[in-house]
Amino acid sequence: MTKPFIHLEGVSKTYRSRRQEFLAVSDATMDIHEGELVSLVGPSGCGKTTLLKILAGLHDHDEGIVDIGGGDNPFEPGRDVGMVFQQSLLLKWRKIIDNVLLPAEILGLPMGESRERARDLLHMVGLDGFEQNYPYELSGGMQQRAAIARSLVHDPKLILMDEPFGALDALTREKMNLELLRIWTESKKTIIFVTHSIQEAVLLGSRCAVLTAGPARMADQFEIELDYPRTLDMKTHEKFGVYTRRIYKLLGME
Amino acid sequence: MNNISDSARKWALIILVHVIVVVAWHYFVVLGEVPLYVMPTPGQTIMSIFGEYNWLHNTMITTGEVFGGYALAVVVGVTLAVLFSWNATVSEFLMPLVVSLNMIPKVAMGPIFIVWFDYGLGPNIIIAFMISFLPILITTTRGLMEVEPELLDLVKSLKGSRWQIFTKIQLPGSLPYIFSGMKVAVVLAVAGAIVGEFIGSEEGLGYLMQQVQVDLDTPAMFMAVLLITLIGVSLYGIVILLERIFVKSDSRMENAA
Ligand SMILES: Nc1ncnc2c1ncn2[C@@H]1O[C@H](COP(=O)(O)OP(=O)(O)O)[C@@H](O)[C@H]1O
Ligand SMILES: [Mg+2]
Repeated sequence: MTKPFIHLEGVSKTYRSRRQEFLAVSDATMDIHEGELVSLVGPSGCGKTTLLKILAGLHDHDEGIVDIGGGDNPFEPGRDVGMVFQQSLLLKWRKIIDNVLLPAEILGLPMGESRERARDLLHMVGLDGFEQNYPYELSGGMQQRAAIARSLVHDPKLILMDEPFGALDALTREKMNLELLRIWTESKKTIIFVTHSIQEAVLLGSRCAVLTAGPARMADQFEIELDYPRTLDMKTHEKFGVYTRRIYKLLGME
Repeated sequence: MNNISDSARKWALIILVHVIVVVAWHYFVVLGEVPLYVMPTPGQTIMSIFGEYNWLHNTMITTGEVFGGYALAVVVGVTLAVLFSWNATVSEFLMPLVVSLNMIPKVAMGPIFIVWFDYGLGPNIIIAFMISFLPILITTTRGLMEVEPELLDLVKSLKGSRWQIFTKIQLPGSLPYIFSGMKVAVVLAVAGAIVGEFIGSEEGLGYLMQQVQVDLDTPAMFMAVLLITLIGVSLYGIVILLERIFVKSDSRMENAA
């Protein structure tokens, strides 16, 4: 077994204010290998976003081990992270191409190369011909595609997605699920995908970690052995149902 | 094509409604046999420009006061807002004060300003400035603070600096807010300059109005009001033009005017 790209062991995080303490993450133990697409699923308030922020280096954790980029795959914090959120967060005064370039600008990467890369990425996410458009000229799904391209422009090793399709309508969302699988296959990135949709978690993840709330903890994690390329009709397969039932059970929703 | 005829239609309507008002004004005075000292016709108002008053000089003085006070208001308002946005403690402490100050009918402060700053061009610029900078400060502060926390996370996850956050996200994002405050401030700057001239001044259109009032030269008073309005309209036009240049049409704020 090769050394995992991300090693989490007993990670916990407590938010402290003057009046109270709140345990947002505990027991997070997980190994993630390079190129995996791990879905984190759980009800709201179970600490998914907090865990992502710890991985992004935005929050410190209180206990446990967070080790990213072991051995032959070095990871530079503050450089090798790409993020996608529920809102596209595109800057409305910037053209799509310039929005995609934002991380490259922040990191001070050479602009000529980055621009070329941004164009390639827009092609990859299916936004050919929209480089010069402004965000408001794009549909919600297209805006999320641009946000995904932006998360890839500086060629980070780890992509963190926090309910990226949560604000889309059901049909667009399913379409984007397939798109993401394709983008993941093409870009070969390690992706951590937060969702509170059990179906989405099973369809996308090569592995799935289930988080529960009250008290927050990582309840279980398992491989999802469905074939690639994955298709929407897999949702009707028996195996798919086995996984979703397993998650419902963990969340106490049987 | 459609856009062109749409905007032609819009402009035609704008001109039409003004023409209607001027024509109505004319016939109201003529048919109602309104005495000249109560209300002149539009024609008589225009003709008063050939009177013996020094219109050009007085208009230039008022224009200078309005534009000077306004420019000062934009610079100071935006600068203070930036300082507020850089230091949360300062802004938490001072913002409530700014909001209460904004509730004072600032025109009523005119006489006090005159006591403080004395008569003349300079003091009138200061009055115009004092009266008009608060809305710019308030809207700009709001604009600078209105940044999605997740966008900040995104920048911070790449070790982006505070300066980068400011120049790439906060400042361009607050432009629509700055302009909405600037639009409100135009009328206030004009009011400030005129109040200054009413209370204590030896030149300017406000001063001129008080002079001709003594002689009941109503056409000249109407003319002065017209010129003051034109100063405000020109400034407003410049602001709108700058907004067109600097703000993407989608992010423009249509509310305040
Ligand atoms: N900055 C914070 N300060 C205090 N409590 C927080 C903070 N951020 C999140 N929390 C709390 O921690 C819990 C987990 O939040 P979060 O990680 O956002 O959950 P999720 O993303 O799974 O919905 C929630 O109950 C939330 O109220
Ligand atoms: Mg969340």
